[in-house]
Amino acid sequence: MIPAAFEYYRPKDMAGVIALLQEHGDDARVVAGGHSLIPMMKLRMAEVPHLIDLQGIDGLGGITIKDGAVRIGAMTTQHEIITSQALADAAPIMKEAALQIADPQVRYMGTVGGNVANGDPGNDMPGLMQCLDAQFHLTGPDGDRAVAARDFYEAAYMTERADDEVLTAVTFATPVGGHAYEKQKRKIGDYATAAAAVQISKAGGKVATASIAMTNLSDTPIWSQAAGAALLGTDCGEAANKAAVAAMLDDIDPTEDNRGPVAFKRHAAGIVLGRAIARAWSRA
Amino acid sequence: MSNKMHVKLNVNGEDHEFLAEPRELLIYALREKLNLTGPHVGCETSHCGACTVTMNGKSVKSCTVFVAQADGAEITTIEGLGSPGALHVLQEAFKEHHGLQCGFCTPGMITRAAKLLEENPNPTEAEVRFGIAGNICRCTGYQNIVKSILAAATELNAAKEAAQ
Ligand SMILES: Cc1cc2nc3c(=O)[nH]c(=O)nc-3n(C[C@H](O)[C@H](O)[C@H](O)COP(=O)(O)OP(=O)(O)OC[C@H]3O[C@@H](n4cnc5c(N)ncnc54)[C@H](O)[C@@H]3O)c2cc1C
Ligand code: FES
Ligand code: FES
Repeated sequence: MIPAAFEYYRPKDMAGVIALLQEHGDDARVVAGGHSLIPMMKLRMAEVPHLIDLQGIDGLGGITIKDGAVRIGAMTTQHEIITSQALADAAPIMKEAALQIADPQVRYMGTVGGNVANGDPGNDMPGLMQCLDAQFHLTGPDGDRAVAARDFYEAAYMTERADDEVLTAVTFATPVGGHAYEKQKRKIGDYATAAAAVQISKAGGKVATASIAMTNLSDTPIWSQAAGAALLGTDCGEAANKAAVAAMLDDIDPTEDNRGPVAFKRHAAGIVLGRAIARAWSRA
Repeated sequence: MSNKMHVKLNVNGEDHEFLAEPRELLIYALREKLNLTGPHVGCETSHCGACTVTMNGKSVKSCTVFVAQADGAEITTIEGLGSPGALHVLQEAFKEHHGLQCGFCTPGMITRAAKLLEENPNPTEAEVRFGIAGNICRCTGYQNIVKSILAAATELNAAKEAAQ
């Protein structure tokens, strides 16, 4: 389990990071917590001749909640998400999801930026960010830009981010209503067989808004516009729940792997989403 | 490509400086360069937690950290918690409550538990189980590990109260 040799850099500012990314192109990668990248390098599934550590860059951490918006710096760890009371108050779905990622040691190291930039369909944060309609903030040689989480994922490990761009933060409007993050996994520390992120708001006893995304059921996260629409204006009862699940099942495209055959994954997806909708509604 | 770099680590309160390839995993630097063989290599794939150490105040799996990333870090291993002549409260509790059988997982388990009790001095049984979920034990069935950690928590809290 020894990765190929690499040159290691720990630049002190973002300009230094971007200069290295430009100089080495495809041969360079940034490392945040390393808990997706290092296992891949150990297996030699990723070869990174030039490894650029982001730990020395100021301003990439921190959680800010202001004027109805949440900003989470890219280097914020899952552990910090769990222990931020302000974030738990503003967007409790973040904590509920982070507690279901990996195990304590991994959560001390794994960052939001790494989780969303990685592009692994098994990562939990991308679907969650799509549910929250988050923006990803990127900086590169040509300046800064923002990309919607719902437009970011192209295929497994393929994202909108250019090789010489760094993700600096994710932002989203403070969610309203009830939330749920529900995940089916084989054991603690396993990626999802199926996971659902749901936010529902209520007005006059009916569903006013609904946003639903699922994880590890396609080569990208799936935000299903149709699933949310199936709940709108309903009492979120059994019929509406079933309609939303059916809409989502039309949008996912799971493949068979060691977590089970396609039919099982579709079954698990339906159960997980049904529970998530019911829980989010009960909190709306 | 295999350029070595100077690495500085403060381990268990002592400064160390050595040459290493950046790709060397922290666990091997600790075990083979510094002779700290308390942290073990169980799986080498970030799952078992036998290699757990405390790095800059975080419990980490040292098989999943390049030594280059750790350059400048403060690290505590099981050797820094207690010694055969002066056991840490957790070590004493594991001994007393049969918190180990073969002992392979124990250094990682206790190092993790020490951090857990630092952050949460009064954990419930469920919180202990959730807090050590990154450490696998093949022998004990966890029952006595949980008992040991809860006993150590009581002990540490009593000592704190007595000191006040
Ligand atoms: C045992 C185990 C279990 C796990 N279980 C889960 C799980 O259940 N759910 C889950 O979601 N994750 C899981 N993970 C992954 C973990 O959450 C990772 O830490 C996370 O996916 C990546 O974050 P990182 O900071 O470690 O990123 P790294 O590993 O450092 O980087 C990952 C990728 O993103 C790129 N990158 C990182 N930061 C940036 C940035 N700021 N800008 C641009 N690119 C960047 C890197 O170049 C790399 O390609 C698990 C990991 C382990 C070891
Ligand atoms: S050896 Fe590091 S987690 Fe198993
Ligand atoms: S005591 Fe043997 S693995 Fe835990």
